[in-house]
Amino acid sequence: MKRGFTILAVLTAILLSFAFYAALLIAPTEQTMGNVQRIFYYHVPSAWVAFELFLINFVASVIYLIRRSAKADMIALVCAEVGVVFCTVVLITGPIWARPVWGIWWTWDLRLTLTLVLWLIYVSYLVLRRFSMSSQTPLLAAVLAVFGALDVPMVYFSIWFFRTQHPSPVIGGGGSLDPRMGRVLLYNWIAFMALAWLICWTRYRLEVAERAVHEAEAMQSLKEEEAR
Amino acid sequence: MNFLAITRATLAKDMRLEWRSKDAINAMLFFSLLVVVIFSFAFDPTAEESRRIAGGLIWVAFLFAAIVALNQTWAREMKNQVLDAYRVSPAPATPLFLAKAIGNLIFVAALEAVMTPLFIAFYRLRPLGAGWQLIPLAILGTWALVVNGTFFAAVSLRTRAREIMLPLLLFPLSIPALVGMVNATTAILTGETSPALWIALLVAYDVVFTTACLLLFETVLEAE
Amino acid sequence: MADTQSTPVVVADGLIKQFGRFAALRGVNAHFLAGRLYVILGDNGAGKTTLLRTIAGLAQPSGGKITVLGCEDRKASRAQIGYMAHPSLLYDEMTGMENLRYFAELYGVRSGEMDRRCREAIASVNLDPDLERPVGQYSQGMRQRMSLARALLNDPKLVLLDEPFSNVDTRSAAEMAALLAEIRDRGKTVVIVTHQPAQLTGHADEFLWMERGRIVNRTTSLSGAGQ
Repeated sequence: MKRGFTILAVLTAILLSFAFYAALLIAPTEQTMGNVQRIFYYHVPSAWVAFELFLINFVASVIYLIRRSAKADMIALVCAEVGVVFCTVVLITGPIWARPVWGIWWTWDLRLTLTLVLWLIYVSYLVLRRFSMSSQTPLLAAVLAVFGALDVPMVYFSIWFFRTQHPSPVIGGGGSLDPRMGRVLLYNWIAFMALAWLICWTRYRLEVAERAVHEAEAMQSLKEEEAR
Repeated sequence: MNFLAITRATLAKDMRLEWRSKDAINAMLFFSLLVVVIFSFAFDPTAEESRRIAGGLIWVAFLFAAIVALNQTWAREMKNQVLDAYRVSPAPATPLFLAKAIGNLIFVAALEAVMTPLFIAFYRLRPLGAGWQLIPLAILGTWALVVNGTFFAAVSLRTRAREIMLPLLLFPLSIPALVGMVNATTAILTGETSPALWIALLVAYDVVFTTACLLLFETVLEAE
Repeated sequence: MADTQSTPVVVADGLIKQFGRFAALRGVNAHFLAGRLYVILGDNGAGKTTLLRTIAGLAQPSGGKITVLGCEDRKASRAQIGYMAHPSLLYDEMTGMENLRYFAELYGVRSGEMDRRCREAIASVNLDPDLERPVGQYSQGMRQRMSLARALLNDPKLVLLDEPFSNVDTRSAAEMAALLAEIRDRGKTVVIVTHQPAQLTGHADEFLWMERGRIVNRTTSLSGAGQ
């Protein structure tokens, strides 16, 4: 386990460095936006990784609802937390990109809006987990995750339809992509996925350790009076 | 034991209890009136402009009123721990949910019925599209808020800061429904576009989430 | 009848219930038979209420097993259980009959039977079924008795009571105790958690003493108290 983790950590470092280099030096400069456009290589892969993590959270939540497996719950929790972080990156890089290029801080385009709503849903998920007084918090959280997943296609559709009625600038470019840029995008996506995996793995180990401590304390209190 | 009988009995019981402690309804009716007045002071558009923004204003106002109603959905069951009496009985959880959701629909609809004429008066609204469509729209939209609201009101019974948890959980999930409601209302008021697709979205939302709530309510009720 | 006497109505096997770090039940082993009246005693925090709620199906065990009326699935046995606790489990703004009619509906009592059953239940605790006063305006003692009526409404095989005599005057308490003994005589199982066992000395078949989440002693009379 430990060795696999170290290998992943090293691999991630290599991938991230290469992807960074590619984003800055290999990718051609965009003709209208200039070098600012390079933030695209952070903005888009972060969004993809966030969506992937939320998808894993949904699957893990469903598994938890069916099988009540503690492992599924831990995976769900970890993916939600890391997903929110990547989502935050998307929501920050979006405006940073939009401002110099289009002169606006925000636009209700499809990706950005969907990301915002997902961010809201998953932050509320994390708040529920923290504020719950129930001994069955994982169950309530899993239910919320299912509701969130059901919501997503509807959010998508509602924004898409709104956009067809009220078109506006699309951050992230709508048109075709230069194949060289596409390749760099791919490198960054892979690097971000490795990073996400690394962070999730770390968080997972932390969670396992924390739960083991709670278990031990609970067992301790159970045995307390037997000593008498 | 009949699902429908229990739903009917629970709904009747809630209506009776609501009627007996009229001060709660009266307070909420007055609150709804206040919301409309405040909005009117804050946004004072011409008749032409108001048709464009009224949709958004009205539904936000309805949302505020709905939250106040939803927060007390389970208040009577929590008092004297009556919910325990329900859980200990063989009655399934689903009719309880349905009765509470329908009760909330009626309650919020009553608030909307008070607020709408005021909005029409203050904003000099006159729908340019098919005005009658506003009624089924109001029902679909209100149900969208109320079905999830009743569900998450039950979820928030198990959390701290109960009254803030309900809107916190409800609002993000309600976004597509809100977009649908607002745009459909604007479409009907301005008569410029067809509200059909938005209404279809609302119907889909209502069907999907009503099913989800009915299937998962028992799980939530039994969570300690 | 002899058969039902030998099959236990409740079997608790190594029952554990934990709330986070606090263990309310640390391995409770017990079985309750039909036609008996049990009294559970112990200090606050001993786990008496948790045990009762676990039997009633309101709390899920963290460990161990509990079988009620032959079923491990709590939902299956609900129709045969009556539960009463310190909160009244009644709607304050409705009258006694209105409350009981609603709960009768939950137990699937047919509409033809409903009035009769509700009246019988209320009369059995010596209250007036036609009282128009909402339950919230009852005295504490009356409310306790109405709550008991609600618990007995479905003629349950297993009656679980948590502090039924608190705030009840001596005479009413004696009447309630006599009623519970009569129910036991009809072959039902009655389990009572109380701090005031005096009322039950003549009626109880067994006293169970709980301490820190375990049953530490079982006696047939109050004088065999403690360890």
